[in-house]
Amino acid sequence: MQTNSKQSRYGMLIDLDRCTGCGACMLACAVENNIPPAHAGTTDRTGLTWMRVHRVEQEGNDASTQTVYLPLMCQQCDEHPPCESVCPQKAVEYDPETGIVAQIPVRCLGCRYCMTACPYHARYFNWWDPSWPAGMEKTLNPGVSTRMRGVVEKCNLCHGRLQEAREQAAASGTSVVAGETFVPACVEACPTRAIMIGDLADPESEIARQIKTPGTFRLLEQLGTQPKVYYSSARQWVREQLQRTIASTRTEVLNG
Amino acid sequence: MNLQQYRWFLVGIVVAAITGWIVFPAALYERIEQPLQFSHNVHIGEAVGMSCTDCHQMNAGERGAAIPAVSKCAECHSEAIGTTEAELKLVEDYIKTEREIPWLVYSQQPQNVHFSHIAHTGRANIRCEECHGPHGESESLRPFERNRISGYSRDIWGSSITRVGNAPWEGKKMDDCADCHTKRGVVNSCLKCHQ
Repeated sequence: MQTNSKQSRYGMLIDLDRCTGCGACMLACAVENNIPPAHAGTTDRTGLTWMRVHRVEQEGNDASTQTVYLPLMCQQCDEHPPCESVCPQKAVEYDPETGIVAQIPVRCLGCRYCMTACPYHARYFNWWDPSWPAGMEKTLNPGVSTRMRGVVEKCNLCHGRLQEAREQAAASGTSVVAGETFVPACVEACPTRAIMIGDLADPESEIARQIKTPGTFRLLEQLGTQPKVYYSSARQWVREQLQRTIASTRTEVLNG
Repeated sequence: MNLQQYRWFLVGIVVAAITGWIVFPAALYERIEQPLQFSHNVHIGEAVGMSCTDCHQMNAGERGAAIPAVSKCAECHSEAIGTTEAELKLVEDYIKTEREIPWLVYSQQPQNVHFSHIAHTGRANIRCEECHGPHGESESLRPFERNRISGYSRDIWGSSITRVGNAPWEGKKMDDCADCHTKRGVVNSCLKCHQ
């Protein structure tokens, strides 16, 4: 009888004081997850950006406006993910083994209830069939399926990389260690190491210690969705503003 | 009730049943011969005495079937051993020209499936025969049966699409994977196997 490896709850911690807004995480995410180059006519609202760095400006301080860069992706809600309960297709699944909220595009019928339900605006709709310039299809990642027009997709916490890590672990008789053998593309690409991945269920893990330190918060915590993505900043206005609204920029306001 | 009255109705039922259960499934699959004949039995037999994993190496990162590269064959067959037609074809057409043999893979899975052999043979200690039956003792390679519509192999269903009389190892549908996972207490979440 095969027994399961221990139950994990993979989460992330993003240090906003380290983030320079360079966008390397966005690029790495797109390359890793076979996100096609933007179709002609794509706008801010219709593109596919599983990982998206928002520039957030301090509210009501005209004299010396400060900004913070906010990498925003699926927050991996741990309790009652709003996208899961509204999906009529069961195309959103909470994986009890890893805590990953998974999107299953082949089941999705494209109603976009989940996009409406998601308080973090972390879900994206395929308005066009994916296409790559000639020759660029050779750069596709064979470990991640491409998606078709008419379905919703989002960050699956680089699940293809988790599957590879599991395979490596099976070959060497070890188990997957988030942050060591399993590292999502955005974490790997960040030049300032602002993003950390780890297992929140393991009290010995670095992330479990870090999320208890002062200055750590989650986005829209008051909604009770228990996101597994944590943010931290030493700046008080950043913490206060991001718990109130997710992001407010020159062009748009993302309210929860 | 007069059976005569329903004669054409009954004929229609019979014709539809034969069409649906026999003609269509037969017409649905085209039989394609493998590019080269190969006897597993000769290789695992006493004369050679190899095991499955001597050629089918199941390392991490090997995607899908772990079909050996032609360089693996060349380790022994750099020159023809014997005089059979397949042997000469192997050496002349593939090994000497360093071309890969375009095998048709019976158990090929769709692109959105992430199947890892090593997780099953290594971690779960499942023997090859539990999923592949006596394939390792076959004298010759049977034709590959390709679904004309989907392009998938007949083997995902097994010999009978109704599943009546199929051997336990036949069938590679998602339900077959899920059944075994359930029996072994493995979590059946979508992303466990789908990518």
